[in-house]
Amino acid sequence: MPDSKGVLVHAEIADGKLCAIATEMLGCGRKLASALGQELAAVLIGSGVSNNAQEAIAFGADKVYVIDDPTLADYRTDAYVSVMEKLAKQVTPQVILLGQTSTGRDLAPRLAFRLNTAATLDCIALDIDPSSKRLLQTKPVYGGNAQAVFTCDTDPQIATVRSKAMSALPQDASRKGEVITIAAGLDASAIRTTVLNKVKEQVAGIKLEDASVVVSGGRGIGGAEGFKQLAELAQALKGAIGASRPACDSGWVSDACQVGLTGKLVAPDIYIAVGISGSSQHLAGCTGAKTIIAFNKDPDANIFKVAHYGVVGDWKVTLPAFTKKVKELVSG
Amino acid sequence: MNIIVCAKQVIDPEAPPASFKVEANKVMPPAGVPPVISPFDESAVEAALKLKDAKGGKVTVLSLGTNLLRDVVKKPLSMGADELVLLEDPAFAEGDSYSIAYALSLAIKKIGAFDLILCGRQAADWDSGQVGLGVAEILGLPSITLARKIEVTDSKAKVERINPDGYDVIEISLPALITVSNEIGAPRYPTMKGIMAAKRKEPVVWKPADIGADPARLGRRAKLVKLFQPVREGKVEIITGETPEEAGAKLALKLREIKVL
Repeated sequence: MPDSKGVLVHAEIADGKLCAIATEMLGCGRKLASALGQELAAVLIGSGVSNNAQEAIAFGADKVYVIDDPTLADYRTDAYVSVMEKLAKQVTPQVILLGQTSTGRDLAPRLAFRLNTAATLDCIALDIDPSSKRLLQTKPVYGGNAQAVFTCDTDPQIATVRSKAMSALPQDASRKGEVITIAAGLDASAIRTTVLNKVKEQVAGIKLEDASVVVSGGRGIGGAEGFKQLAELAQALKGAIGASRPACDSGWVSDACQVGLTGKLVAPDIYIAVGISGSSQHLAGCTGAKTIIAFNKDPDANIFKVAHYGVVGDWKVTLPAFTKKVKELVSG
Repeated sequence: MNIIVCAKQVIDPEAPPASFKVEANKVMPPAGVPPVISPFDESAVEAALKLKDAKGGKVTVLSLGTNLLRDVVKKPLSMGADELVLLEDPAFAEGDSYSIAYALSLAIKKIGAFDLILCGRQAADWDSGQVGLGVAEILGLPSITLARKIEVTDSKAKVERINPDGYDVIEISLPALITVSNEIGAPRYPTMKGIMAAKRKEPVVWKPADIGADPARLGRRAKLVKLFQPVREGKVEIITGETPEEAGAKLALKLREIKVL
């Protein structure tokens, strides 16, 4: 695409508000747009989303494209790829950012293939190379054991961004911007999927991603029974229960509890890892925590490489004593 | 029904983190740890075999790479898959998601009739999650990612797609491409009968010319500038005590002292 210009952020909306990842990408997008000396635009796609345009401007967008259509109420690959393709061809941005969410990770690759360009998924850092002015895209690879920096010579350069990796700008309601409505122009027969049902599998208590304390268990917990003790500690600290992938795969806790590269990414004040060896893919989900505490019988376990405090021993003995003392301290 | 599964040989992601080494922008295979089929691709094989159990049909596994160890890439056969096709050539070694999806889609066209293509949600090496969707885009197929359950009825599939709050139930017309997550259920163990059958079975090996690949399209679009290992500062304070119980209690006191609690 000749003369591509500008940074475009796909801003997802949930419960009538911009998602946190959308505001984080607008913060990052602002920085990239300044480095390029270009504009920052946001695109809102969905049904009844036009009210969020001013919010996107307040978080840093110069322009907001609104594609509001009842057919776009649910995320469906064919529909969203089609409207993004149309917008990209009309606006010819140099950079497109999407969230590393269930929507973004599905949409970005197909969009990149359709536009004959490349995407990098799950970026944790994005910068403009000062000499080439191309986008440097840093992403964890090999389950977090390494990080890779990619560039691409074709426009638009497409990246998805990991949640909590970038900072949002403070919301400024006085910012001014332009809102442009674009017709979806979809052919319903070209959408080859139908969403029949949406099932919520909410775990009781505080939402894992929002909890300030997370108590997580791994393979070392040994069964569903052990998670009751973790729940007791989580309750005392008003926290949520998390788990490593092996614990979820074994059916000891709901899959919704999974913390890690392919589960949830959490950044609580306190992360307590019990019986978790600390595989890189698990650490990818929790190293944003302010204080990491580990209970493990193996002093050489990888978790101790990232933990701030730890106790070596059988968690069945050390954890109840810890929980008891914690209860005394928080109640007294 | 005919199912094609794309499965990749990777460095074992369960290898000890300490054995992981990067040299000159390349990952060094850890000594003494054999490669494996990428775990999410094994989940895709499992999903295919579940459908075969229910509906009958044929499962063809397609693997692309170089130095493909037969014992490794034959694992899906020993689990119950019917055919194995290898795209094995140095020309495939330097590929990215774009060239790999291109080569796989050519091979799939050559394999011919299929109802469903299954891939893992992402590979355990580059964690990219793009190849499956790329194959769908090139072949003009509808796609669903992150499946935890697949049911096929007539010319449609009903798929449970994972999201952070639970899952969506989505209907898709066939033929289609679906990427599979580990929530589909643990991959089955190879049976003795399967292992024997896999031993006797010779994979079909195709070179770029066999699938009519344009050498110019086997290069990269995403250029790797740098590959490095992030430095992790090991500064853990281990709390000890006369007894394990005391250590646990002292940790709580320590956290109060530093005002974490």
